[in-house]
Parts: sequence; structure tokens; C-alpha cells
Amino acid sequence: MTFKGVRIDDTFAEAFGMRATALIITADTARWARQAAVTMTGFATSVIGCGCEAGIDRELTSRQTPDGRPGVRVLLFAVSTAELQKQLQTRVAQCVLTSPGSACYSGLEGEESLRLGNALRYFGDGWQISKRFGAKHFWRIPVMDGEFVCEAATGLTKKAVGGGNLLIIGRTARTTRAAAEVAAAAIAKVTDVIAPFPGGIVRSGSKVGSKYKGAPASTNDAYCPTLRGAVKTALDPDAGSVLEIVVDGLTSEAVASAMRAGIAAIIKLGPKRGATRISAGNYGGKLGPHHYHLRELLP
Amino acid sequence: MRPLTFTLRQRPPQRLDLSPLVPHLLAGKSAGEIERIELQTTRRRVDVGAVFRLKMGDPEQICIVGGSDRFDHAGQGMTGGKVFIDGDVGIQAGRLMTGGRLIVRGNAGPWAASGMTAGEIEISGAVGDRLGGPLAGEMRGMSGGIVVVRGRAGGRAGDRMRRGTIIIEGDAGPYAGSRMIAGTLIVLRKAGPLPGFLLKRGTIVLGGGCDALSPTFVDCGDHELIAIRLLATMVEPYSKPAALVLRRPLTRLAGDMAVLGKGEIFVGTRN
Repeated sequence: MTFKGVRIDDTFAEAFGMRATALIITADTARWARQAAVTMTGFATSVIGCGCEAGIDRELTSRQTPDGRPGVRVLLFAVSTAELQKQLQTRVAQCVLTSPGSACYSGLEGEESLRLGNALRYFGDGWQISKRFGAKHFWRIPVMDGEFVCEAATGLTKKAVGGGNLLIIGRTARTTRAAAEVAAAAIAKVTDVIAPFPGGIVRSGSKVGSKYKGAPASTNDAYCPTLRGAVKTALDPDAGSVLEIVVDGLTSEAVASAMRAGIAAIIKLGPKRGATRISAGNYGGKLGPHHYHLRELLP
Repeated sequence: MRPLTFTLRQRPPQRLDLSPLVPHLLAGKSAGEIERIELQTTRRRVDVGAVFRLKMGDPEQICIVGGSDRFDHAGQGMTGGKVFIDGDVGIQAGRLMTGGRLIVRGNAGPWAASGMTAGEIEISGAVGDRLGGPLAGEMRGMSGGIVVVRGRAGGRAGDRMRRGTIIIEGDAGPYAGSRMIAGTLIVLRKAGPLPGFLLKRGTIVLGGGCDALSPTFVDCGDHELIAIRLLATMVEPYSKPAALVLRRPLTRLAGDMAVLGKGEIFVGTRN
């Protein structure tokens, strides 16, 4: 089907269940809260090579944070609870604890919990202070600029979804990137989701397996414009560039909302300045339990 | 639904034990059964009907109209619901509470909130000694919940406290926060001599300073800590003046170095 000149494939994105958590990072200024969040979510584009997928969900005003300072909400996704715990602990310890003036709080009320301050408190070498107020439990860890305040635990959800995706196809690299940028910007406004790749966009979409032994994934040759003619292609003759947006969300509904927002933004930009076609990646529907049909996500 | 109301007929002839008058013990009881509950603390029997006029209502909300310093153990062992007392109470109000809300519109005697583990207590007047403290032979005092005293508190408030928060909006007597194991004690006005005596861990905030501070506390300098800012946000619904004190720059004193020394006293003004 075609909407305002943009062709929408009658296909679906196939996504998988994941474990996820959320954190609120605050600092004296929005700049330093953002800095800690950016550092913590670096090298977290794909569970295949990074252990987790992470990103900034949204920025928070001082009225929206527990300590009345500017903050950032960060989401982390992994394939198992153990891996999520490991990634959370390591990343907060190395990237948030170390950032000037930072504090870290639970950003999710989950059915289960992950250790946060409870795991990091030992850095205090016996000088850490436990503070409880009602149901809230915090650790105060003395550091060189004062204290690092960290909530004892954060929530875990097992209902998270990873791998919602849009394939954005255009005539040139410039117009395709423009379409991907507006889609990524629209998705960034949706809460409870992240697009973990650089700027929310990935240019190296992959297929499962490889001709080389031991490589779990390799380039998605069907969508590589330079291989058109050499392999069984999925591209039209006028397609010159393909970019992908991968979406992870705390719920299936959040992923669907994000994909809907991305599609709407691409269609609004139109085929002359943006993409000519939108598709989605799947494995025939046999691997992932979550299927997002593009026809159901149209504006 | 209207509350279950007990209206005092006259000053009781002896000290009374009001611990049976809590929501979970009155649930499902008829008016007759409630009136026959014994409250005496001597050999001379006194039951509810002899002391109070009873008006049936929701047992989750208990209202006692008319207080007396002879009303001991008011709200003791509460697990939930609300008990409102329009008047004074005697010793051990809210002792061993594990939930619910106790409101006293008057003064309370010693050992209020002793051994409580959760819930809320609000006392509009003054309280006696050892607020939240343990009875003789007990190892720890209050270990959870929040207590707000709008008036002054007697000596050794927060003695051997293990967890929870006490806010005293008036003055506190000598040895406030003595032998504290953990928890938070906030005194908005002046504390008597030697606050934090043998303090192991825990936080004491003295908005109006104190008469004399033990030399076993060491000055760590003036700080604006995030944890204190967080505490201000948390206590604000219970006491706006306490939140205001916590938002000022405070001096941190670590101690008591005579014992473990991992506690802290914050003072709003240097002594």
C-alpha cells in the first residue's frame, strides 16, 4: 500500500521478550546528568556484542526527580536477569558513580528487583550509610566530591520487548538518512522505549548466520544496495540506501507506539525529501513472539 | 462510614490499659462485647462501658473523645487503620505498632512509640522521656515508621533507635538520640546537653543547636548533601518546618567517637 507516495510493505517486525530495568540519574546540572547517562549507555547497541541494549528514555526536570535536581531516565535491556544485573552493576559503578555530583535512583516499579546500591555500597569501605524512609532504601557512599546517593534496588520487568524495527528505504543516502532522523526523533518522544543504535539509527542490519564458522550474524545482503543483482535482493531498482531503526520497549504497547510514531514521521516527510518505502525485518514469524504488522501501525 | 467513637464519661479512677482499643482487636465485635472489654490495671475491674459512652461505627477508624494522662498503651500493637485521640494519653502510646496511624491531640507520656516497627504517630503536644526508646531489658527501641511531635520531647528521645524517623518540632531534653543504632532524629528547636551520646550510627539533625555537645564528635565541615535534600523531600508531607531546616546549609559532625563513630549530627548553627 502507498501513503502520500511512501510505499508500506505488507509485512511485520518480529521482536523478542527481554528483561529490562530503568534508572533515574540526577546531577547538579542537566549537562552532568546527561553526561553520566550517555557514558553509561555507551557501547550498548546490541545484546549480541555488548551484553545489553541501553539508551536514554527521556530527560527529567527537577520537579520529576526524587532529589529535585535535573535528571535523565535510562533503560537497560538484556536477555537474562543475570546478565542484566551484571551490566547494571558494572555500568553504574564505572559510569555513574564516577560522574561528578551524580545520584542514581530506581526508575521502574517492577514485579522483581535488581540490586543497585546494595551491590555498589562496598565501595564505601565501611563508611557507607544506609538510609530508609518508608518503603524507600538508599545508600550514601562517601566519594571525593561529597556523597554518591544510590537507591538500594531498582525494578525488573520480564514483559519488555526488544527488536521492534523499521527498515527505511530511499533513493539516496541523504534522503534516507533524513527520513531515519525524523523517525528517530519521533520515537525519542515516546516514553518507555529506546532506540539503542547511534542516534537511534543502524546502517548495518544483520541476518542470522554467516558463511564463516562461529559468526552468529552477518550483513543483511538482501538489503545491501551494492549487492543488488549479485544476491537475491529485497530492493527495488531505484533504492540507493537502507537504514534501520531498532526499538526496545518496557512493554509491547510502547514498542508499537514508537513504531507508529516513526512511520507517521516518515510519511509526513514524504518520498521526495525522505524515504520511498518502509519495510520491517522478521524471521518468518517463527522465532519472536511479538509481531508488529506495519498495516496496523499506519497513521 | 463514621468512626467507632468512645466518649470519656469522667476521669478514670485508676490508670487504664487502652491497648485493646485498636482496629484489629475490635473488628467484628458487637457493642455489648466492646463495652465489656476490661481496661483496668489494678485488681478493681473497669470495663469500657464504665469509662466511655460508645457510638458504633467503622472499627478501622477509632475516635476517642476526651483524653487523660491515665490512658496508657493507647494504640499499642496497632497493625492498621487509624486511632484518633482528642486529648492527652499516658505512657507507651503507640508502643509496638506495626502499621496504621495514631493521632494524639494532646500530650503523651514516656516511651511513646517504643519498639514500633512501622506506621505513623502524630502527637500535637509534648511527649515524655524516651520517645521511641526501649523498655528496661530490651536491646533496641523504635525500628521503623515515623513519629512527629509538634511540641517538646523529654530526655533521651530516640534512645537505642534502630530505624525509622522521629521529628520533634519543639525542644528536646538531654541526651537526644542516645545510643542510637541507626535511623533519623530531627529536632527543630534546641536540644538539651549531650545529644547523640554513644551514637553508633544514624543521623541527628539539630535545627536550633544544643546546650553542650560531647567532645567525642568531630567537625566534618559544612555540606549541602543530596541525602539531606532527599530527606527534606521525604519529611515535607509530615512536617514543613523540618523540611525547611533540612534545606539550609548544615555542619556535619561525625561520632560518637567514644563508640563506633559512624553516626552523624547535623547542626544548623555552630555551637
